[in-house]
Amino acid sequence: MLNQTPLHAVHQEMGGKLVDFSGWSMPVNYGSQIEEHHAVRGDAGMFDVSHMTIVDVRGPEAKTFLQYLLGNDVAKLQTQGKALYSAMLNPQGGVIDDLIVYLMEWGYRLVVNCGTRAKDLAWIGLQAKDFQVEVQERPELAMIAVQGPNARAKFHSLLAASDVAVAEQLNVFSGAFLSGDRAGWMVARTGYTGEDGYEIMLPQEDAETLWRTLVNAGVRPCGLGARDTLRLEAGMNLYGHEMNDEVSPLVANMAWTIAWTEGRDFIGRAALETQKAVGIRDKLVGLVMRERGVLRDGYPVLVAGSDRQGVITSGSFSPTLGYSIALARVPVEIGEQAKVVIRGKEVDVAVVKPCFVRNGKPV
Amino acid sequence: MSEIRSELKYLSSHEWARVEDDGTVTIGITDHAQAALGDVVFVELPEVGATVTAGQEAGVVESVKAASDIYSPVSGEVIAINERLADAPETINSAPYDEGWFFKVQPDDLEELEDALDAEAYQASLSE
Repeated sequence: MLNQTPLHAVHQEMGGKLVDFSGWSMPVNYGSQIEEHHAVRGDAGMFDVSHMTIVDVRGPEAKTFLQYLLGNDVAKLQTQGKALYSAMLNPQGGVIDDLIVYLMEWGYRLVVNCGTRAKDLAWIGLQAKDFQVEVQERPELAMIAVQGPNARAKFHSLLAASDVAVAEQLNVFSGAFLSGDRAGWMVARTGYTGEDGYEIMLPQEDAETLWRTLVNAGVRPCGLGARDTLRLEAGMNLYGHEMNDEVSPLVANMAWTIAWTEGRDFIGRAALETQKAVGIRDKLVGLVMRERGVLRDGYPVLVAGSDRQGVITSGSFSPTLGYSIALARVPVEIGEQAKVVIRGKEVDVAVVKPCFVRNGKPV
Repeated sequence: MSEIRSELKYLSSHEWARVEDDGTVTIGITDHAQAALGDVVFVELPEVGATVTAGQEAGVVESVKAASDIYSPVSGEVIAINERLADAPETINSAPYDEGWFFKVQPDDLEELEDALDAEAYQASLSE
């Protein structure tokens, strides 16, 4: 018996092809994932992301706790609603999860992955024992991500004037609560597509109405298939692929998320320092294959000048570019070309920075 | 419920075969197959003039999700391939039995199709 979000019935009604995603019944597409992808890049699309895990942290030591728990430093968050992207590390310097953390009036809100929910909650709960904090999961909140160049405007068209004013002023990576009947709605200018837009956290009983209203406002329902091609084009990591418990952020294009604030001890700091001292041998790069075919997860990457192989961590067809792209963890000696082994055949690929599309256009 | 055409023959690997009036055989993949694959992005077809053998790989269909071998239901010479699929592979998703055909074969022996499944048997294989 799979978990269902508050939008499950609506997905079925709208032709969603439901699949098992980490124990949740979720739509992988509503017909064509490629068309859904184009809708997000060119107009506005939306995703049910209610399966993700929202965790609120309160208490006098909330800040100190999170400064210890996370690879990034929440002290950077100075204004209410501001957010940052961070790794949560284990003592060996591997990644337990990646997440977004928001500064709230009463503490902090974390949004962590769905598949890692049990592991994350157990870990956070364990670490919290030493601090005066209260950790509370918010399973009664649904979440809808509205993404694309017209996404914000289409969402604004549903709001009261005072709420529009608040939303229009939101900076990227910031959130705010709406007012009146929607006082429980938190609108965050974040996303997982590389386009502008919002992730809206709201009481589950409001989710279906919002979804239907957005459809009427011209926002296209999109599934997990499009979500994956969009995030890959944007060079965004997917937990379990680019990183996991055994992979360091330093080889997952996440070194920039580690805040080496002097005097701040955080879980995994010592291990990362040792890794740097010993020398980092791998890095995450982008691969582009202009020949016909698709790069897929797990394919080996052959690197001239190294006796070690790389591996594709995420590969797919890029609808915006019209050819296949991938993220791969490879030996640092890699040059501008490499070979990927596809079903026994070696194919040439170009090596690029791990980002392929920005503002709807090829980088 | 995926569409199954009663006049066609099928392989359990989800290819269909249609015997034309001139005795040639047109081959493609079924509605069930295209739905399972998702959006098709590339198709590797045999070359015109190539020989195909019943039950052996004749090409590859590649979707965003997966790559899948295509097996020929008959042996013979490939006399035509669907050029449209190079620029519009999504035709396979939208019209798997019509405009989405893959290739045509001049068969060595039409009796080979006796071994293939009829519509009812293919339908039954899907329910297993």
